[in-house]
Amino acid sequence: MSQITLNHMVQLSTPALDLSFAALSDTTRRGVLEQLGRADASITSLADRFHMTLTGMKKHVAVLERAGLVVTEKIGRVRTCRLGRRGLDAEAAWIEAHRKLFEARFDALDKIILELKREEEDGPANE
Amino acid sequence: MALQTSDRTKVERKTDRELVVTRLFDAAPRIVFKAWSNAELFRKWWVPKGAGITLLNCEMDVRTGGKYKLEFAHGDGSMAFYGKYLDVTPNERIVWTNDEGDEEGAVTTVTFEDKGGKTLLTFHELYPSKQALDEAMEGSAAGLPTQLDQLDELLPTIGG
Repeated sequence: MSQITLNHMVQLSTPALDLSFAALSDTTRRGVLEQLGRADASITSLADRFHMTLTGMKKHVAVLERAGLVVTEKIGRVRTCRLGRRGLDAEAAWIEAHRKLFEARFDALDKIILELKREEEDGPANE
Repeated sequence: MALQTSDRTKVERKTDRELVVTRLFDAAPRIVFKAWSNAELFRKWWVPKGAGITLLNCEMDVRTGGKYKLEFAHGDGSMAFYGKYLDVTPNERIVWTNDEGDEEGAVTTVTFEDKGGKTLLTFHELYPSKQALDEAMEGSAAGLPTQLDQLDELLPTIGG
Protein backbone atom coordinates (compact mmCIF):
# COMPACT_ATOMS: atom_id res chain seq x y z
CA MET A 1 0.00 0.00 0.00
CA SER A 2 3.02 2.26 0.18
CA GLN A 3 3.44 4.72 -2.67
CA ILE A 4 6.82 3.48 -3.54
CA THR A 5 5.82 -0.07 -4.10
CA LEU A 6 2.75 0.90 -6.04
CA ASN A 7 4.92 3.11 -8.21
CA HIS A 8 7.22 0.23 -8.88
CA MET A 9 4.25 -1.74 -10.05
CA VAL A 10 3.12 1.02 -12.36
CA GLN A 11 6.56 1.10 -13.85
CA LEU A 12 7.06 -2.61 -14.06
CA SER A 13 3.92 -2.90 -16.09
CA THR A 14 5.44 -1.01 -19.01
CA PRO A 15 7.86 -2.59 -21.49
CA ALA A 16 9.87 0.61 -21.94
CA LEU A 17 10.96 0.29 -18.36
CA ASP A 18 12.53 -3.05 -18.87
CA LEU A 19 15.19 -1.16 -20.77
CA SER A 20 15.84 1.12 -17.83
CA PHE A 21 15.99 -1.66 -15.33
CA ALA A 22 18.31 -3.65 -17.55
CA ALA A 23 20.47 -0.57 -18.00
CA LEU A 24 20.66 0.00 -14.26
CA SER A 25 21.28 -3.61 -13.35
CA ASP A 26 25.00 -3.29 -14.00
CA THR A 27 27.51 -1.83 -11.54
CA THR A 28 29.65 -0.19 -14.20
CA ARG A 29 26.66 1.47 -15.82
CA ARG A 30 25.46 2.80 -12.49
CA GLY A 31 28.97 4.11 -11.92
CA VAL A 32 28.94 5.82 -15.31
CA LEU A 33 25.67 7.56 -14.45
CA GLU A 34 27.10 8.72 -11.16
CA GLN A 35 30.17 10.01 -12.94
CA LEU A 36 28.13 11.86 -15.55
CA GLY A 37 26.09 13.37 -12.77
CA ARG A 38 29.25 15.22 -11.77
CA ALA A 39 30.48 16.14 -15.25
CA ASP A 40 30.12 15.25 -18.91
CA ALA A 41 32.81 12.90 -20.14
CA SER A 42 34.14 11.33 -23.31
CA ILE A 43 33.84 7.61 -23.86
CA THR A 44 37.62 7.38 -23.79
CA SER A 45 37.88 8.99 -20.37
CA LEU A 46 35.07 6.79 -19.05
CA ALA A 47 36.86 3.71 -20.36
CA ASP A 48 40.02 4.80 -18.57
CA ARG A 49 38.24 5.53 -15.38
CA PHE A 50 36.49 2.17 -15.26
CA HIS A 51 39.54 0.29 -16.52
CA MET A 52 37.85 -1.00 -19.64
CA THR A 53 38.51 -1.22 -23.31
CA LEU A 54 36.98 1.45 -25.50
CA THR A 55 34.77 -1.19 -27.12
CA GLY A 56 33.53 -2.40 -23.75
CA MET A 57 32.63 1.11 -22.62
CA LYS A 58 30.93 1.85 -25.95
CA LYS A 59 28.64 -1.09 -25.33
CA HIS A 60 27.72 0.10 -21.84
CA VAL A 61 27.06 3.62 -23.08
CA ALA A 62 24.90 2.26 -25.89
CA VAL A 63 22.72 0.42 -23.35
CA LEU A 64 22.35 3.59 -21.27
CA GLU A 65 21.58 5.59 -24.39
CA ARG A 66 18.82 3.21 -25.49
CA ALA A 67 17.26 3.56 -22.06
CA GLY A 68 17.29 7.34 -22.39
CA LEU A 69 19.58 7.70 -19.40
CA VAL A 70 22.52 9.06 -21.37
CA VAL A 71 22.82 11.25 -24.44
CA THR A 72 25.95 11.23 -26.59
CA GLU A 73 27.19 13.69 -29.13
CA LYS A 74 30.12 13.43 -31.46
CA ILE A 75 32.16 16.56 -31.80
CA GLY A 76 35.10 16.14 -34.12
CA ARG A 77 36.64 12.83 -33.17
CA VAL A 78 35.40 12.78 -29.60
CA ARG A 79 32.08 11.33 -28.50
CA THR A 80 30.91 13.11 -25.36
CA CYS A 81 28.39 11.62 -22.95
CA ARG A 82 26.05 13.45 -20.64
CA LEU A 83 23.03 12.51 -18.59
CA GLY A 84 19.79 12.21 -20.52
CA ARG A 85 16.54 13.72 -19.40
CA ARG A 86 15.81 10.61 -17.38
CA GLY A 87 19.00 10.91 -15.43
CA LEU A 88 18.47 14.55 -14.55
CA ASP A 89 17.14 15.64 -11.26
CA ALA A 90 15.66 12.31 -10.39
CA GLU A 91 14.36 13.48 -7.05
CA ALA A 92 12.40 16.40 -8.50
CA ALA A 93 10.92 14.10 -11.10
CA TRP A 94 10.10 11.53 -8.47
CA ILE A 95 8.27 14.11 -6.41
CA GLU A 96 6.37 15.27 -9.48
CA ALA A 97 5.39 11.70 -10.31
CA HIS A 98 4.04 11.31 -6.81
CA ARG A 99 2.14 14.53 -7.05
CA LYS A 100 0.49 13.35 -10.23
CA LEU A 101 -0.35 9.98 -8.77
CA PHE A 102 -1.96 11.58 -5.75
CA GLU A 103 -3.67 14.21 -7.85
CA ALA A 104 -5.28 11.48 -9.93
CA ARG A 105 -6.17 9.53 -6.83
CA PHE A 106 -7.58 12.51 -4.96
CA ASP A 107 -9.59 13.73 -7.94
CA ALA A 108 -11.29 10.34 -7.88
CA LEU A 109 -11.72 10.64 -4.12
CA ASP A 110 -13.33 14.05 -4.63
CA LYS A 111 -16.04 12.42 -6.71
CA ILE A 112 -16.70 9.76 -4.08
CA ILE A 113 -16.92 12.43 -1.40
CA LEU A 114 -19.39 14.41 -3.47
CA GLU A 115 -21.56 11.30 -3.81
CA LEU A 116 -21.42 10.70 -0.07
CA LYS A 117 -22.42 14.28 0.61
CA ARG A 118 -25.38 14.01 -1.74
CA GLU A 119 -26.48 10.75 -0.14
CA GLU A 120 -26.45 12.37 3.24
CA GLU A 121 -28.45 15.34 2.06
CA ASP A 122 -31.01 13.19 0.27
CA GLY A 123 -31.55 10.63 2.95
CA PRO A 124 -30.23 11.41 6.39
CA ALA A 125 -31.94 8.33 7.80
CA ASN A 126 -29.96 5.90 5.64
CA GLU A 127 -26.82 5.81 7.66
CA MET B 1 0.27 17.39 -24.14
CA ALA B 2 -0.73 20.37 -22.07
CA LEU B 3 -1.64 19.16 -18.67
CA GLN B 4 -3.88 21.10 -16.44
CA THR B 5 -2.01 21.18 -13.21
CA SER B 6 -3.43 22.35 -9.98
CA ASP B 7 -1.67 23.18 -6.80
CA ARG B 8 -4.23 21.47 -4.70
CA THR B 9 -2.11 18.40 -4.14
CA LYS B 10 1.24 19.15 -2.55
CA VAL B 11 4.02 16.62 -2.22
CA GLU B 12 7.28 17.17 -0.44
CA ARG B 13 10.17 15.21 0.92
CA LYS B 14 10.00 16.82 4.29
CA THR B 15 13.10 15.24 5.77
CA ASP B 16 15.50 12.48 4.76
CA ARG B 17 12.98 9.91 5.90
CA GLU B 18 9.60 11.54 5.30
CA LEU B 19 7.29 12.02 2.39
CA VAL B 20 4.29 14.30 2.94
CA VAL B 21 1.26 14.83 0.70
CA THR B 22 -1.49 17.34 1.51
CA ARG B 23 -4.81 18.31 -0.03
CA LEU B 24 -7.93 20.16 0.99
CA PHE B 25 -11.27 18.40 0.43
CA ASP B 26 -14.63 20.10 0.29
CA ALA B 27 -16.37 17.96 2.89
CA ALA B 28 -16.32 17.38 6.61
CA PRO B 29 -13.64 15.03 8.02
CA ARG B 30 -16.37 12.52 8.83
CA ILE B 31 -17.11 12.06 5.13
CA VAL B 32 -13.50 11.99 3.96
CA PHE B 33 -12.68 9.50 6.69
CA LYS B 34 -15.48 7.28 5.48
CA ALA B 35 -14.02 7.17 1.97
CA TRP B 36 -10.70 6.05 3.50
CA SER B 37 -12.01 3.49 5.93
CA ASN B 38 -14.67 1.67 3.93
CA ALA B 39 -13.13 -0.93 1.59
CA GLU B 40 -15.86 -0.62 -1.02
CA LEU B 41 -15.32 3.13 -1.26
CA PHE B 42 -11.54 2.98 -0.90
CA ARG B 43 -11.05 0.67 -3.84
CA LYS B 44 -12.95 3.09 -6.07
CA TRP B 45 -10.29 5.74 -5.91
CA TRP B 46 -7.00 4.38 -4.54
CA VAL B 47 -5.79 2.87 -7.79
CA PRO B 48 -5.97 5.38 -10.65
CA LYS B 49 -7.86 4.11 -13.64
CA GLY B 50 -5.67 3.42 -16.62
CA ALA B 51 -2.52 2.94 -14.57
CA GLY B 52 -2.29 -0.62 -15.82
CA ILE B 53 -2.99 -2.02 -12.41
CA THR B 54 -6.00 -4.02 -11.33
CA LEU B 55 -7.00 -4.24 -7.73
CA LEU B 56 -8.26 -7.79 -7.31
CA ASN B 57 -9.12 -7.79 -3.68
CA CYS B 58 -9.31 -5.26 -0.88
CA GLU B 59 -9.81 -6.24 2.72
CA MET B 60 -9.62 -3.59 5.41
CA ASP B 61 -10.43 -3.86 9.08
CA VAL B 62 -9.94 -0.21 9.91
CA ARG B 63 -9.58 -0.12 13.68
CA THR B 64 -6.57 -0.06 15.97
CA GLY B 65 -4.93 -3.48 15.75
CA GLY B 66 -6.89 -4.40 12.62
CA LYS B 67 -5.26 -5.54 9.38
CA TYR B 68 -5.51 -4.81 5.69
CA LYS B 69 -4.63 -6.67 2.58
CA LEU B 70 -4.70 -5.35 -0.97
CA GLU B 71 -4.13 -7.75 -3.81
CA PHE B 72 -3.13 -6.52 -7.24
CA ALA B 73 -2.85 -8.34 -10.53
CA HIS B 74 0.83 -8.42 -11.43
CA GLY B 75 2.05 -10.16 -14.56
CA ASP B 76 0.53 -13.61 -14.59
CA GLY B 77 0.09 -13.68 -10.86
CA SER B 78 -0.78 -11.32 -8.11
CA MET B 79 1.01 -9.22 -5.54
CA ALA B 80 -0.23 -8.56 -2.06
CA PHE B 81 0.25 -5.46 0.06
CA TYR B 82 -0.54 -5.85 3.69
CA GLY B 83 -0.04 -4.38 7.11
CA LYS B 84 -1.59 -3.45 10.39
CA TYR B 85 -3.46 -0.41 11.66
CA LEU B 86 -1.41 0.94 14.53
CA ASP B 87 -3.86 3.65 15.45
CA VAL B 88 -7.32 4.49 14.21
CA THR B 89 -9.19 7.48 15.62
CA PRO B 90 -12.45 7.85 13.72
CA ASN B 91 -12.70 11.05 11.65
CA GLU B 92 -9.23 12.10 12.82
CA ARG B 93 -6.44 9.76 11.89
CA ILE B 94 -5.38 6.39 10.53
CA VAL B 95 -1.89 4.97 11.02
CA TRP B 96 -0.76 1.82 9.29
CA THR B 97 2.35 -0.25 8.64
CA ASN B 98 3.52 -1.38 5.20
CA ASP B 99 4.77 -4.90 5.73
CA GLU B 100 5.35 -6.03 2.17
CA GLY B 101 8.97 -6.68 1.26
CA ASP B 102 11.76 -8.25 3.25
CA GLU B 103 12.86 -5.27 5.22
CA GLU B 104 11.20 -2.95 7.66
CA GLY B 105 8.62 -0.91 5.80
CA ALA B 106 7.37 2.64 6.00
CA VAL B 107 4.70 3.75 8.46
CA THR B 108 1.87 5.75 6.91
CA THR B 109 -0.14 8.31 8.88
CA VAL B 110 -3.20 9.98 7.41
CA THR B 111 -4.82 12.82 9.34
CA PHE B 112 -8.15 14.53 8.71
CA GLU B 113 -8.22 18.07 9.99
CA ASP B 114 -11.40 20.12 10.16
CA LYS B 115 -11.05 23.49 8.41
CA GLY B 116 -14.44 25.10 8.76
CA GLY B 117 -16.40 22.26 7.23
CA LYS B 118 -13.61 21.30 4.83
CA THR B 119 -10.93 18.73 5.45
CA LEU B 120 -7.21 19.24 5.27
CA LEU B 121 -5.87 15.80 4.53
CA THR B 122 -2.24 15.00 5.29
CA PHE B 123 -0.70 11.77 4.04
CA HIS B 124 2.62 11.16 5.72
CA GLU B 125 5.07 8.32 5.12
CA LEU B 126 7.94 7.72 7.49
CA TYR B 127 10.69 5.45 6.22
CA PRO B 128 12.89 3.46 8.59
CA SER B 129 16.02 5.18 7.27
CA LYS B 130 17.24 7.78 4.81
CA GLN B 131 18.66 4.92 2.83
CA ALA B 132 15.26 3.26 2.51
CA LEU B 133 13.70 6.38 1.01
CA ASP B 134 16.74 7.04 -1.16
CA GLU B 135 16.62 3.53 -2.50
CA ALA B 136 12.94 3.80 -3.19
CA MET B 137 13.60 7.00 -5.11
CA GLU B 138 16.55 5.62 -7.04
CA GLY B 139 14.67 2.49 -7.89
CA SER B 140 11.77 4.38 -9.31
CA ALA B 141 13.71 7.20 -10.96
CA ALA B 142 14.56 5.15 -14.00
CA GLY B 143 10.98 4.79 -15.05
CA LEU B 144 9.70 8.22 -14.28
CA PRO B 145 9.20 9.73 -17.71
CA THR B 146 7.06 6.80 -18.78
CA GLN B 147 5.14 6.96 -15.58
CA LEU B 148 4.56 10.68 -15.96
CA ASP B 149 3.28 10.13 -19.48
CA GLN B 150 0.94 7.43 -18.24
CA LEU B 151 -0.41 9.72 -15.60
CA ASP B 152 -0.84 12.50 -18.13
CA GLU B 153 -2.96 10.13 -20.12
CA LEU B 154 -5.05 8.94 -17.27
CA LEU B 155 -5.81 12.28 -15.67
CA PRO B 156 -8.44 13.36 -18.20
CA THR B 157 -10.22 10.03 -17.79
CA ILE B 158 -10.61 10.69 -14.11
CA GLY B 159 -11.73 14.29 -14.32
CA GLY B 160 -15.30 15.41 -14.40
